Amino acid sequence: MHYGMCCLCVLQPRAVNVDLQTDATLQVDISDALSERDKVKFTVHTKSTLPNFKQNEFSVVRQHEEFIWLHDSFVENEDYAGYIIPPAPPRPDFDASREKLQKLGEGEGSMTKEEFTKMKQELEAEYLAIFKKTVAMHEVFLCRVAAHPVLRKDLNFHVFLEYNQDLSVRGKNKKEKLEDFFKNVVKSADGVLVAGVKDVDDFFEHEKTFLLEYHNRVKDASAKSDKMIRSHKSAADDINRIASSLYTLGTPAMFKFEFEFTSSVVESGLLRFCFIALQKIEARVAADEDLKLADLLKYYLRESQAAKDLLYRRSRALVDYENANKALDKARAKNRDVLQAETSQQLCCHKFEKISESAKQELIDFKTRRVAAFRKNLVELAELELKHAKGNLQLLQSCLGVLKGNT
Amino acid sequence: MADSTKDPPPGCADLQELEDAEELFPEPALTVKTEPSASEPASLPAEDISTNSNGPKQDLLFDEDPEDLFAEATEEVSLDSPERDLLLSDGPSPAITPITPPTSVITPCIGHAHDDMFTHSSFDEIEEEEGGDLFDMNISVSDPEKVGDGMNAYMAYKVTTKTSMSVFKRTEFSVKRRFSDFLGLHSKLASKYLHVGYIVPPAPEKSIVGMTKVKVGKEDQSSNEFVEKRRSALERYLMRTVKHPVLLKDPDVLQFLESSDLPRAVSTQALSSAGLLRMVNKAADAVNKMTIKMNESDAWFEEKQQHFENLDVQLRKLHASVESLVCHRKELSVNTAQFAKSAAMLGNSEDHTALSRALSQLAEVEEKIDQLHQDQANADFYLFSELLGDYVRLITAVKGVFDHRMKTWQKWQDSQMLLQKKREAEAKLQFTNKPDKLQQAKDEIKELEGKVQQGERDFEQISKTIRKEVSRFEKDRVKDFKTIIIKYLESLVQTQQQLIKYWEAFLPEAKAIS
Repeated sequence: MHYGMCCLCVLQPRAVNVDLQTDATLQVDISDALSERDKVKFTVHTKSTLPNFKQNEFSVVRQHEEFIWLHDSFVENEDYAGYIIPPAPPRPDFDASREKLQKLGEGEGSMTKEEFTKMKQELEAEYLAIFKKTVAMHEVFLCRVAAHPVLRKDLNFHVFLEYNQDLSVRGKNKKEKLEDFFKNVVKSADGVLVAGVKDVDDFFEHEKTFLLEYHNRVKDASAKSDKMIRSHKSAADDINRIASSLYTLGTPAMFKFEFEFTSSVVESGLLRFCFIALQKIEARVAADEDLKLADLLKYYLRESQAAKDLLYRRSRALVDYENANKALDKARAKNRDVLQAETSQQLCCHKFEKISESAKQELIDFKTRRVAAFRKNLVELAELELKHAKGNLQLLQSCLGVLKGNT
Repeated sequence: MADSTKDPPPGCADLQELEDAEELFPEPALTVKTEPSASEPASLPAEDISTNSNGPKQDLLFDEDPEDLFAEATEEVSLDSPERDLLLSDGPSPAITPITPPTSVITPCIGHAHDDMFTHSSFDEIEEEEGGDLFDMNISVSDPEKVGDGMNAYMAYKVTTKTSMSVFKRTEFSVKRRFSDFLGLHSKLASKYLHVGYIVPPAPEKSIVGMTKVKVGKEDQSSNEFVEKRRSALERYLMRTVKHPVLLKDPDVLQFLESSDLPRAVSTQALSSAGLLRMVNKAADAVNKMTIKMNESDAWFEEKQQHFENLDVQLRKLHASVESLVCHRKELSVNTAQFAKSAAMLGNSEDHTALSRALSQLAEVEEKIDQLHQDQANADFYLFSELLGDYVRLITAVKGVFDHRMKTWQKWQDSQMLLQKKREAEAKLQFTNKPDKLQQAKDEIKELEGKVQQGERDFEQISKTIRKEVSRFEKDRVKDFKTIIIKYLESLVQTQQQLIKYWEAFLPEAKAIS
C-alpha cells in the first residue's frame, strides 16, 4: 500500500522536548516532509544572517541517512570531544502502522462500510501522528545543533543546510556496521574500566554517579510509560468498537424492530455520540501522554546517553593524560625521547583540560535544559489532562441529563 | 383444520359461560388475548386456557371465526421432554403433571393445587386485578459462605426478599440457598413454561473451574472475584425471574424465596444422568429444528425471528468489545502502577530538588489514577459487560421459545396427517363388512380430531403468548439497558471528577519547578 503523504504546516520551530533559545542569526526548521514508500524526505529550511551562506533564506531536501551522517561526523570529530553531541534522531519507523493498514485492506470484505471507513481514518491518523513525531525529532536535532555556539559553525553542518544536491551519503554497509558494533563493545568495556576510576574533581565525580543512575531510571520510566500508553490506546480502540456496535444496533433497520438501548431516537443517538466522543477523548489523552511524557523521557534517555558519552571521553582523556605522565616519567628516568614524551604529555594535558572545561559547562547546560523541558512538559501534560477530563465530564453530564430527564 | 364439534366438554362448567360470552374475537386468533380460565367469570374475553387442578382438562376457545373453533380437548398429550419426567421425581414441586393423559399439559399453569394463585390472567389483567399491588419487590443475594470442605464444599448464599406484595406472607424474609438450588428452580420453570411460549430467564452458567478453585479453598483474588461475579449474577437472575408477572406467582418460585428448606435439585448436576439426558435432548432438538420446515403464515413471527437473530449477533459483538475493554483497562491499571513506581525512582535520582519533588508528585498522581482505572474496569464489567452477557443468554431463551412454537406447529401438522390417514382407512373400511373395525376406526378418528383441534389451539396459544412475551421483553430490555447505561455513565462521571482533582493538585507542583 503506497502512502504518499505531504505534511505541511505541521511544524513551526517549536522545541517539543527541548527548551531552546531561537537565535536570529541562524534559524533552522523542517518546513515540509514527504513520506514515500521506504523513506521520508525532509525539507530543511534555513534563515540566516551569517556571512557563511550565499543567501539569507534557502531550503534543501534531506533524508534520514544524511542526518545520521551529520551526527556521526560530530561524534568522530576530536575537536568536539568536550561537548554533548545532540543525540541523533531515531529512524522513521512506519512498519507497524503500514502493517496495520495492510491488514485493514485485506479484511475490508469482512466488515461494514462504516466500520471500514472509521478504522481507516483511525489508522491514517495514527500514521500521521507517527509522521509528525519523526519530523519533530529530526527538527529538534537540527535546532540543537544550530543553538550550540560551537557546533553551529561546523562546516559539515553548513554543507548539510546549504548544499542542494544529494549528499551521496550511503547507509553503512555490513562491514562498517560490524566495525561500529565492535567499537561499541570496546567502548562499553572501556567505559566500565574508566567509570571505576575515581575522579579527583568532585563536580565530575558527582555528575558521573548521577548520570549513571539517572540514565537507567529514565530508561525504565520510558519503557513503562510506553506500556502504559499502549494500554491506553487499546482501551480507546475498544471504546471505538463499542461505539461502532452501538451505531449498528441503532441503525434504521434495527429501529424498525423497536430495538434501542433507550426509548427514543434522540436518546440513542446521543448515547452513540457520547461513546464516540469518549473514545476520541481517550485517544487524545493517550496521544498527549505520549507526546508530553513518553517522548520527553525518550529524548532524555538519548541525551543522558550523550552526556554519559561526554564523560566517557573525558575519562578516556584523563587516562591518556595519566599514561602520558607515566610515560614522561619513564622517559626522564631513562633519559630517552624526553622531548617526544613531553610534547605528548602536554598534548594530553591540554586535551584533557579543554574537555574538562567545556564538559563542565555542557553538563550545567544539560541540567538547565532538562529541568526546563521537564517543567514545560509536565505543566502542559497536567493542563491537557485537565482539559480532557473537564471535557469528558461536561459531555457525560449533558448526556446523563438528557437520559435521566426523559425517564 | 379440525371440524368443529362444539361439544360442551364434560365437567367444564365454564363452558356454558364462555359460550355466552359476548366478546368473541374475530380475526387472527393470534391477536386474541389470553385469558384466564376456569375461575374467571365469563365477562372476560373468552379465551383460552388453563387447566384446573381437577383432572382432565381443557382448553376452551370459542370464536365466531370458524377457523378458530376449538372443541374441548380431552387429552393430552405427550410430554415433550423426558426431562420433565425426571423432574417429577425431584422434590415436592407441584407436579408438572403426570405423564399419563389425560391431563392437559399445554397450558401455562400446569395443574396446580393453588388454583387461586394460578389463575392465569393476561398480563395487564394481573396488574389491574391485584389492585394496588404494583410490582414492589427487591431481592438481594448476599453473604456468600463456604459450607463444608474439599470437593463436597459449596457456597451458600443468603437470599433476602423485601416486598409489600400480597402474594407473600411476610414483608421481609431470607433463606439460604446454594447454586444448584437456583439451577433447580430454573429447570422447573423452564420445563413448565418454555414450551408454552414464556421467556424464562436463564440461570447463571455453571463453572466447574471456578467452583473447584473455591472448593479447594484458594482464598485469592480470582476466586473472590468469581464468587462476587456469581453472587451478582444470581441476584440479577432472581430479580428478572420475579419481574415476570406469571413466574412471580409460580409456587416453585415462592417456595424458593420463602421456605427455609428446599430439597436438593440433583438433576442439575453436570455429570448426572439427567444432565446427560439433557444434552442428548438438546442435540436432538437441534437436529429437529433443522428438519422442520414451517409454513409461516404470520409475517410478524418471521420478522421477529430475524430481528432476534440480528440482535443476537450484534449483542455478542458488543459484549466481546466490552470484555476487551475491561481487560485493557485492567492492563492499563497495572501498567500505570508500574509507571508510577518508575517515576518515583526517577524523582529520587533527579538532583534538582524542585523537579525531584514534582516527579514524586507525578508518581503519586499516577498511582491514584491506576486505582481509578481499576475501579472503572470493575464498573465496566459489572454494569455493562454482565448485562450484555445476560441479554445474550436471554435472547437464546427467546429463540428457544420460537423453536417451541415450531415444534408445536409440527405436532399439530403430524396429528392432522395422521387424521387424514385414518380417515382414508375408515373410508376403505366402509366397504368391508367389519362393523367392529369400523367402529374402532370411527373412535380413533374422533380421538384424532380432538387431538388436531388441541394441536391447533396449542399452536395459537403459544403464538399468542409469544407475542405478548416479546413485547414485554422488549419493554423490559429498553428499561433495563437505560438504567444500566445511566449507572455506567455516572461511574464514568465520577472517574473524571477524580481525575480533575488529582491533576489540579499536581499542576502547581509542576509550575513550581524553577
